[in-house]
Amino acid sequence: MEVLLELEGIGKSYPGVRALDGVSLRLHRGEVLGLIGENGAGKSTLMKVLGGVVAPSEGRIRIAGHDRPSLTVPEATQAGIAFVHQELNLFDNLDVAGNVLFGREPVRGGPLRLLDRRAAREKVEPLLRRLGADFGPDAPLAELSIAQRQLVEIARALAAEARIIILDEPTSSLTLSETARLLAVVKELRASGTGLIYITHRLGEIMDCADRVACLRDGRMAGELRRDEIDHAAMIRLMIGRDLRALYTAPARAPAQGGLEILGLVTSAFPARQLDLHIHPGEILGLAGLVGAGRTTLARTLFGIDPPLAGSLRLDGKPLRIRSARDAVAAGLYLIPEDRKQAGLVLEMPIVENVTLASAPLYARFGLMRRGAEWQASEEQRLSLRIKAPSSGTRAGALSGGNQQKVVLGKWLSMAPRVMLFDEPTRGIDVGAKGEIYRLMRALADRGVAILMISSDMEEVLGVSDRIAVMHEGRISGTLERDAFSEQAVLRLAIGSEGAGTARKQAEGVPA
Amino acid sequence: MSKKELGLALLLIVIGGITAALNPLFLSGVNVLNMANLIGLFGVFSIGQGIIIITGGIDLSVGSMFALLGVILVDLLVNYELPWPLAVLVVLAAGLVLGLLHGLLVTRLKLQPFVVTLCGLLIYRGIARYYTQDSTTGFGYAGDSLDTLTWLASGRSFGIIPNPFLILLVVALVMAVVLHRTVFGRYLYAVGRNEEEARHSGINTDAVIIGAYLLGGSLAGLSTVLLVFYTSSVSPSSFGNFYELYAIAAAVLGGCSLRGGEGSILGIVLGTVLLQILQNLVNILGIPSSLNFAVMGGVILLGVVADQQLGRRRERIQLHRSQATAAAE
Repeated sequence: MEVLLELEGIGKSYPGVRALDGVSLRLHRGEVLGLIGENGAGKSTLMKVLGGVVAPSEGRIRIAGHDRPSLTVPEATQAGIAFVHQELNLFDNLDVAGNVLFGREPVRGGPLRLLDRRAAREKVEPLLRRLGADFGPDAPLAELSIAQRQLVEIARALAAEARIIILDEPTSSLTLSETARLLAVVKELRASGTGLIYITHRLGEIMDCADRVACLRDGRMAGELRRDEIDHAAMIRLMIGRDLRALYTAPARAPAQGGLEILGLVTSAFPARQLDLHIHPGEILGLAGLVGAGRTTLARTLFGIDPPLAGSLRLDGKPLRIRSARDAVAAGLYLIPEDRKQAGLVLEMPIVENVTLASAPLYARFGLMRRGAEWQASEEQRLSLRIKAPSSGTRAGALSGGNQQKVVLGKWLSMAPRVMLFDEPTRGIDVGAKGEIYRLMRALADRGVAILMISSDMEEVLGVSDRIAVMHEGRISGTLERDAFSEQAVLRLAIGSEGAGTARKQAEGVPA
Repeated sequence: MSKKELGLALLLIVIGGITAALNPLFLSGVNVLNMANLIGLFGVFSIGQGIIIITGGIDLSVGSMFALLGVILVDLLVNYELPWPLAVLVVLAAGLVLGLLHGLLVTRLKLQPFVVTLCGLLIYRGIARYYTQDSTTGFGYAGDSLDTLTWLASGRSFGIIPNPFLILLVVALVMAVVLHRTVFGRYLYAVGRNEEEARHSGINTDAVIIGAYLLGGSLAGLSTVLLVFYTSSVSPSSFGNFYELYAIAAAVLGGCSLRGGEGSILGIVLGTVLLQILQNLVNILGIPSSLNFAVMGGVILLGVVADQQLGRRRERIQLHRSQATAAAE
């Protein structure tokens, strides 16, 4: 079989992080290669290497008869690589034909370069027919569903005469029947000789369509499975199976009663799902789940950023109404957001103003800020959190990721936390600072704070939590006590498969 | 004083020095006091504009607000013979109401400030012209009973210092405290820099933004009174034309970024001073007055380009330094 693409010993290092390490991969003509791995295993980095967005630190890429150390975006396109992303890269304001032929529009009128709409339609129509699309080239993109838009992306790849199509989590927003249709398209493409890389968390889809499976773990190739070896257990075994470093420190005292009770909460991300959860004071409750399971929306809803559709909250036994972040902050319920630079810090402001932003009135007399008091509070946080900066006057934007996160923490610690929601608290933070953040979380819990830690890092979830709740498509699919912790157990709940099937429980028509 | 303000002050001195060298009349008492008067008139509403710009907004309607509020002021004083303190209060309140309206449209209906205040620019001017049937209104014979107000708004204190300039000093001082020393001022900057994060810190960002438009509106009301007594009549089709652009220019020259979150009161005042010097130098150096706007535009462009380049250089240097320290660790 003709080899379309060969990667050899691809490595990529970022400061302090080894994202890819000696990854080799091969893709043949007319083959579907399933690519699996946990969040953060290096799948996206590898795909960025293929797309020409990231240049690998070492290794060779052999493609279309050329052997080279890295690709640029035009080279990748030229070599016939096309992507169908989980976040679709389409233009809402154009019609289907405009999107499919973007960048290679047929023109007429010589130097005038007028758009030739008729030629465009004639080019796009057969592609859409081939994909079994139920819309025409003139349909405005804005009116299409997510599944239909995905077909537009695939049509775009076909129009570019792509020989290698990479599908990155293509079904994460599709219903069951839409998924089935997409898988049919994948098989049709394979039959016509295209090579496909299919990245997904949904192992059922891999079993359905993949000829071969490759698994990444911690930036390395963990192994491959041939068609006849592909089954659920084997794939899970490949995805996990590594020594867990000892992160866990036991709580100083047993979790108390009270804390935050979430009763029948319905978030905007999953309007058809109800959610119950209880976070006890003194415990770190890990919240695991796949990307898109609704964990961040849950945190934002609890914090009053996204309005809830239904449900109620109780804090230490008393009903709690949160209509805005102001209510949450007043109740002592704080969020350390996933997107620290957008929602956690004002990067242009110095540490001191960031630390006191949420509690500024406390440092004011007659409305005037008492700079001395605020400086002192900020310096206390800087020293106790060991923020690496010359003084509290340093701009937050000049700090490293770990130190920025400590500033966000300092903002809340200078107040009176009762419940703290950590959303991916150590994303983009180096190993040393990670340990410090974990110690801080434990110290907070021991002070009687109820802590919810959303994390996609399996090691972190298993290593730091006292209890784990797993979220799957908008509901809690199970909770695990410490003695029942295992990667298999978490993964099984996260994938939503009590043993075999994939998204079987997913109601038809409810967007995931 | 920040580097930006220092640079602006330096630019002022250089331009002032060159002008004075070319024509010594520039520094004559009459000319300086005349300029001080104009600086006072333009500075007050430029500060309001600057505060709105710091939240990431803009107010294009101030010029038209002057026409509408000016017409109302003259009408109240001359035709309704309202006592002047009451009339002034009504105009200030009307400024507040318009500011509130802008603030509500921006925050509650999520309209873009540019669009909201552009509509204000058109609407207020139109109403002012319709209400007066496009005719100029003045104080006529009612002038006598207005001696106190006339003196307050356009007279001179200590024999020589124009009152608008003194009023600007007071306004600038108060607003500098509000902006740089109060909790509200801190919130203004935070909202302008990163509204999302401000909301995540439990700040009522809508209230902060509305507050900025309220300040802008009331300062526009105050400016109306000063401007009406400067011209002592109001022709609704031209009164205050383009003044919003003077204000925006002063704020931008003074270091406000239209992206929000940047700027200072001192900077805005210095920006106003620079604009008035430029206006004045066109006259005093005998440059054809038709080039007035072109000179202003050219200097603003140069200033902004220079600031951009210097800012980039500073960032590069900072980056190098932080990399060096990171490497040393």
